[in-house]
Amino acid sequence: MAEETIPRRKFLLGAGIAGTAVATGLSQAEPAAAAAQAQAPAAAAAQPEPLLALNETEHAFVVAAVDTLIPADELSPSGSDCGIATFIDRQLASAWGGGAKMYRAGPFHKGKPEQGYQLALTPAEFFSAGIAAANAWSRKTYGHDFDRLSPDQRVEALKAMQDGKAEFADFSSRAFFARLLAIAMEGFFSDPIYGGNRNKVGWRMIGFPGLPATYINLYEEYRDKPYVVEPRSIADFS
Amino acid sequence: MATKLKEVDAVVVGMGWTGAILARELTKAGLQVVGLERGQDRVPGGDFVLPAVRDELRYSQRLELMMDNSTDTLTFRNRPDDQALPVRRIGAFLPGEGVGGSGIHWGGLHWRFLPTDFRIRSTIAERYGAKAIPDDMTIQDWPVSFDELEPYYDRFDKLCGVSGQAGNLRGTRIEGGNVFEGPRSDHYPNKPLIPSSAGLMFASAARNLGYHPFPMPISINSAPYVNREGITLGACEYCGFCNRTACEANAKASPNVTVMPVLRLEPKFELRTRAWVGKLNYDKAAKKVVSVTYTDLRNGEEYEQPAGIVVLASYVFGNVQHLLLAGIGAPYDHATGNGVVGRNYAYQFEAGAQAFFDDKHMNSYMGSAANGMCIDDFNGENFDHAGLGFFGGGYFSCNTPAAPPISGRMLPHGTPLWGPEWKRATVKWYNHACRFGTEGSVYANRDNYLDLDPTYKDALGRPLIRLTYNGTDNDHKMSRYLLGKLEGIVKAMNPTHYEMEPRPKNFTIVPYQSTHNTGGTIMGADPKTSVVNRYLQAWDAHNLFVEGASVFPQQHGYNPTGTVGALAYWSAQAITTQYRNSPGPLVHG
Repeated sequence: MAEETIPRRKFLLGAGIAGTAVATGLSQAEPAAAAAQAQAPAAAAAQPEPLLALNETEHAFVVAAVDTLIPADELSPSGSDCGIATFIDRQLASAWGGGAKMYRAGPFHKGKPEQGYQLALTPAEFFSAGIAAANAWSRKTYGHDFDRLSPDQRVEALKAMQDGKAEFADFSSRAFFARLLAIAMEGFFSDPIYGGNRNKVGWRMIGFPGLPATYINLYEEYRDKPYVVEPRSIADFS
Repeated sequence: MATKLKEVDAVVVGMGWTGAILARELTKAGLQVVGLERGQDRVPGGDFVLPAVRDELRYSQRLELMMDNSTDTLTFRNRPDDQALPVRRIGAFLPGEGVGGSGIHWGGLHWRFLPTDFRIRSTIAERYGAKAIPDDMTIQDWPVSFDELEPYYDRFDKLCGVSGQAGNLRGTRIEGGNVFEGPRSDHYPNKPLIPSSAGLMFASAARNLGYHPFPMPISINSAPYVNREGITLGACEYCGFCNRTACEANAKASPNVTVMPVLRLEPKFELRTRAWVGKLNYDKAAKKVVSVTYTDLRNGEEYEQPAGIVVLASYVFGNVQHLLLAGIGAPYDHATGNGVVGRNYAYQFEAGAQAFFDDKHMNSYMGSAANGMCIDDFNGENFDHAGLGFFGGGYFSCNTPAAPPISGRMLPHGTPLWGPEWKRATVKWYNHACRFGTEGSVYANRDNYLDLDPTYKDALGRPLIRLTYNGTDNDHKMSRYLLGKLEGIVKAMNPTHYEMEPRPKNFTIVPYQSTHNTGGTIMGADPKTSVVNRYLQAWDAHNLFVEGASVFPQQHGYNPTGTVGALAYWSAQAITTQYRNSPGPLVHG
């Protein structure tokens, strides 16, 4: 119990200070920080991060995809600058990516949409196969891998996948896109401990305050009032 | 060959809510009890701590506390003539695994069924004529009344420290509580949680329309509380991390917090985790389960545990699977409608709405999963069904969605799901939205049932349970009616924008809806149409007691856990005061 109380007290103190300081600093600092990060892609490209699951081709696809799904603007840096490509790589290398807690015995049948995912592929295998299929389709359609397309073509290509109109060979572009979007959003909004939501940019963007210690004393005080604080993550409690 | 162990007075299969309650009540009565749990142990001080529990990815997305589908799942199809396929990763419902079971990650919504729910077939027949009930609607009266169960509801309330406002105290109606509820013998142990902003707006709109709003009854303590086991539970921190995770404050009731601490100190109790029961060993001639066989997952060895009393306290699907594999009770035959095990599977028919208010700051990340407001005006037989073309209903709620950023963001339908426009809309609406739900009943139907899958097997080599389920015309009509009434309230709240969210035509196993699976080993007064009697004792094995929502004859318009807990105490009382003294059938069918 003793170990537990120290970080909580530290946090409570911090939350109190943040609660009073917010109105002054954060709202101005936030777009500035976002703008600074938006300028950073060149620097990021010069220092590629080590990869656990994706190969270079797959990584290039993922970076291009998440930068299209979450483009840099005044609200946040680009998806990859938010750490989402890193997040996806690490998730695919995790137990989850390897198919943990997933029933994988055959026989395999396509099934109806109501019956859910029916493939033998783990998430890591699914993304690997899906990226290969997407790039093959992109080459056929545009003459290049997806990451070499212009920004407008990327948007068009992702929309075609989303609508299931991109005809991948032996793979559902609609299912691939749905999972790509889902994991990108997880990377944007999950705790930064997993490599995405870098500097809590996703949380800052929407005004999610992260982990509280407690809101018992704030719950009524902030009824129907904006509550803006420096968000706290797991690392801030650890 | 399984190693045969020394016989004990009672063995409990599964250590969730009902297993923990039964183990506690039986040891209190002096019985030697072994609890077998296939998952891991979980202890509040060690496993439910900051900051680890406040991790949406780990708990809500990667489902840390849920069953391991790599070793066990079920198969699913909508209709009896479809090919059932395995649920490769659970989605629509999320049974837990390990000590505490689904009682760790539940939202804590803690309800009692209506007095009329317990005699629903008779009530409908009395009000609308017996012919009004469609032939394929296989609803049944419960073999226990609300009044009989009330003291046990009260007992479970006082285990959990439920927060709420009474609406009917010993027959006196109290405005501000649920005036439709059955008479309570006592107040809720705790005052209601502080309602959310959205909840207050909902209550005001509902009241103006002539309805009867009240705070959601919830097993989250609004103040520190010493429960009936002498354990001090904490007060809610309004942290927003509730559903799918454990409560750091020990304010949300779980078996781990409310019962297990005393059970662990009990010399007559032994907990064996990673002990997966594969078989009930049934002596058909003696009408007894003589032992259970389990695999110790830590060493791969098989053990046979003989016991005088066997308490089956697995999840709904596990209970049905055990009985079907052991040959206890006649399996339900869909073609003829005969047989009982697997019959009357039911679910929860939820629908809802979302509303956006550009001038309101909801701060929904503060709060519990359920400090909302409700109305019960359109539940069960609380309203006249004459001419409506359906039976059943459900309570409405406006909850704090707790707005976790991965899974709780709401956007108006039709908003792009990515790109610059998505970002702008997300920023605009994240803190300005709220959600509504209608907790619809599912009145049993002959086409909805559980049996053994002919193809797919679990890690022990046993056939998986096969779920055949789809929404019925009755339930779709009911849900549409409820949504129409809900829309009136939502509109009266004057949102900037709102959308009603009806159920899709077919039930789908994919997105989360509700973990309220019920039926398959239903309780009843007649062995021809039920598996267990009013004390949850199997008609075909007098030392076997089957616990949990699998005994519900149908599902009513409320969350099931309150009734599951009450029935556990009711059943335990019958075991310790009747069965123990004279083992044998407690009811003669």
